[in-house]
Amino acid sequence: MSKNINVALIGNPNTGKTSVFNQLTGLKQKVGNYPGITVEKKEGICKLPRGVKAHILDLPGTYSLNTTSLDESLVVELLLNKNDKDYPDVAVVISDVENLKRNLFLFTQIKDLKIPTILVINMADRMSRKGISMDIEAMEKKLDTKIALVSTRKGQGIERIKELIADYKNLSSAPNVDAKRISPEYFERLQKTFPNEDLYKLWLVITQDVNFMPIEKKHIEDATSFTTKSKEELKKLQHKETVLRYQFINNTLKETYKVDFLAAKGFRASLDKILTHKIFGYLIFFVILLTIFQAIFDWSSYPMDFIDEQFALASEWIKNTLPPGVFTDLLAEGIIAGIGGIVIFIPQIAFLFLFISLLEESGYMSRVVFLMDRLMRPFGLSGKSIVPLISGTACAIPAVMATRTIENWKERLITILVTPFTTCSARLPVYLILIALVIPKGTILGLSYQALTLMLLYLIGFGMAIFSAMILNKILKIKSRSLFMVEMPTYRLPLLKNVAYTVLEKTKSFVFGAGKIILAISIVLWFLGSNGYSEDFKNAEQIVNDRIEQEGLSTYSKNYIQNNIDAYRENALAEGIAPEVIQDSIQSMTHDLRERAEAQEIASYKLEHSYIGQAGKAFEPLVKPLGYDWKIGIAVLTSFAAREVFVGTLATIYSVGSDEEETIKTRMAAELDSSGRPLFNLASGISLMLFYAFAMQCMSTLAIVKRETNSWKWPLFQLGFMSVFAYLVALIAYQILI
Amino acid sequence: MATVADLTQGQKGIIKDFAEHVLPIKLLELGCLPGNSIELIQVAPLNDPIYINLSGSHIAIRRSLAELIELDIIEETQAL
Repeated sequence: MSKNINVALIGNPNTGKTSVFNQLTGLKQKVGNYPGITVEKKEGICKLPRGVKAHILDLPGTYSLNTTSLDESLVVELLLNKNDKDYPDVAVVISDVENLKRNLFLFTQIKDLKIPTILVINMADRMSRKGISMDIEAMEKKLDTKIALVSTRKGQGIERIKELIADYKNLSSAPNVDAKRISPEYFERLQKTFPNEDLYKLWLVITQDVNFMPIEKKHIEDATSFTTKSKEELKKLQHKETVLRYQFINNTLKETYKVDFLAAKGFRASLDKILTHKIFGYLIFFVILLTIFQAIFDWSSYPMDFIDEQFALASEWIKNTLPPGVFTDLLAEGIIAGIGGIVIFIPQIAFLFLFISLLEESGYMSRVVFLMDRLMRPFGLSGKSIVPLISGTACAIPAVMATRTIENWKERLITILVTPFTTCSARLPVYLILIALVIPKGTILGLSYQALTLMLLYLIGFGMAIFSAMILNKILKIKSRSLFMVEMPTYRLPLLKNVAYTVLEKTKSFVFGAGKIILAISIVLWFLGSNGYSEDFKNAEQIVNDRIEQEGLSTYSKNYIQNNIDAYRENALAEGIAPEVIQDSIQSMTHDLRERAEAQEIASYKLEHSYIGQAGKAFEPLVKPLGYDWKIGIAVLTSFAAREVFVGTLATIYSVGSDEEETIKTRMAAELDSSGRPLFNLASGISLMLFYAFAMQCMSTLAIVKRETNSWKWPLFQLGFMSVFAYLVALIAYQILI
Repeated sequence: MATVADLTQGQKGIIKDFAEHVLPIKLLELGCLPGNSIELIQVAPLNDPIYINLSGSHIAIRRSLAELIELDIIEETQAL
């Protein structure tokens, strides 16, 4: 047999469907998107006995075949379309032993589509604790299927699923509930009009709001010999169908499924009392939040510093080892720096998704949603928006990815659009250096002005997110009828394997998804910064060398050399090194320092006359009213790639060799504007901070928003709206303060 | 007529009837059918949403939806 068996995993949310999928496929899985939409498509290969292979498709979780969301309609669409390449040879319905009754509802619907169906009853390890006993054989007979009793937690029963899949040809494909019983008269007529179609399929097509390709709904409605029913009548019939199905299920379970409530033990009730308590509930949530913040800001800084260093070293190594040339420069300054800019985010993303998946797997997340929903609603957000908004203080990229849990499209879109306002960690270096430059050191009520300013900036970011959500809620006209309903699953210990898979998968999808775009723009920025068309650029070395010969080094370079030498002398004297030795060292040091200073002056001159430098000059009239000169203009331009680039760019422009904050700060403080005042004064400093607070200066976020909304419309809207707003606020602030 | 929104914490009720054309079919499928029981487990701060046990399914719904489900309240019997 050469053809793989097509298997579709179907089930209610929270039944451990993904665990079953992980155990069936192991690492032989891939996650992609369904064409045209952002619903994740998970598929994998599973080896069966006797050398047969199965292609396993993990379909989105759904409660029934009556769909209310995009994810769910996908399931129906596939099951109705026999021509789809993924159309299952066999459906595996995953259920959870505690909610079997409700899970069987979906099972009977799939069975009625006449697809060979296997029932997996998962979480069998909980049976005794919940006082549940079952007669599997009798149940198999009543449901006309084969059952696998599985515990993914203990890894039991997976082999049985594989055997049943391999043996799928012996499964019955007879329906459980005769569709005609819903309304004999109506279905009779339906059958007469479409003698070749399956009745239950027709019924599903008629009652769905989604239009399916294989059997066109319009085609049914247009059939002249057939009068369809009004929406209300159809709903009555659906109601009747639900009752019929539950009759069948109750009848089945009466004999085969027993719960001894006295034996049932559970800590859901007692845990819920604490975790959703009016006071303790919020307190506990707050503590968990603090822990997450701690991880993202503090713990992840170690791997991030390490990554930063390694990439700097790699770049240095390449420059020193490979023959100098355009290719080496591109590799060292463009590609390596670009990849570094992606990899640096991995620790934060991994930590964040580690926590989020722990909270989700344990069942706690539903409780947070329950606690927050009412508070978020006036702003057009849902209880489910809280997670992305909090994640945004680390980085907007994982935050935007975390919005996937919000089923309601409008609420999700608003969350995606406002999340970049929250103060992410990339804004921090910019804020810190500007605050140190322009905010006085004094204190008020024991709090330093500088700390207060930083806190205020965080509050402004969060306030702006909420405020713009409120406005978007008013102006966005999106019909989204998905109702708010959260299942509160039983608490369970997270499965390490599932958590690991989630973290791995999310990180991977960030690195390869957004990464490509970040890399491309980094290369473009590098090119624009290291190339120029003007004569000045081409002859930079000549010009700068001539200038140095005539006028000597710039005042700044002289100071730079002098400071370094002074520092060395002081140190050496303190250590008691002989004066002659010091004199010798200083001589060779001066030579080195001079060479470095010269190289930096050339680099600075080149940047000024490169494409991006020219752009900065052209850009100057636009930023002048905000109190910036062309150099800040360039920094603003290049930091479009990522906000933290601002500091690095200024360092290059001011030809400060090292990235040490102190040196850049001193240099920036010494910079004067045309009228002789410090360029970084209170007015321009605050104007800059406000600009960075509001502007969408992050192409990674744009890339991820594009991916998550699957269109350029929303990221461009975001870019336009945020940039214009940031510009106006910065302009007003500068003009008032100056 | 009492609705699910009228339950107090820990109180149970038997679903009687509801405006079936406005109630989402999803809720029916979770077992929200006449004759089944609903227990109010917890009310969120600010009184909304509410957390119920709908014949075995533990879910949270908004109050506006709860008001559409009519039921007979069973006076709380003391637990053994």
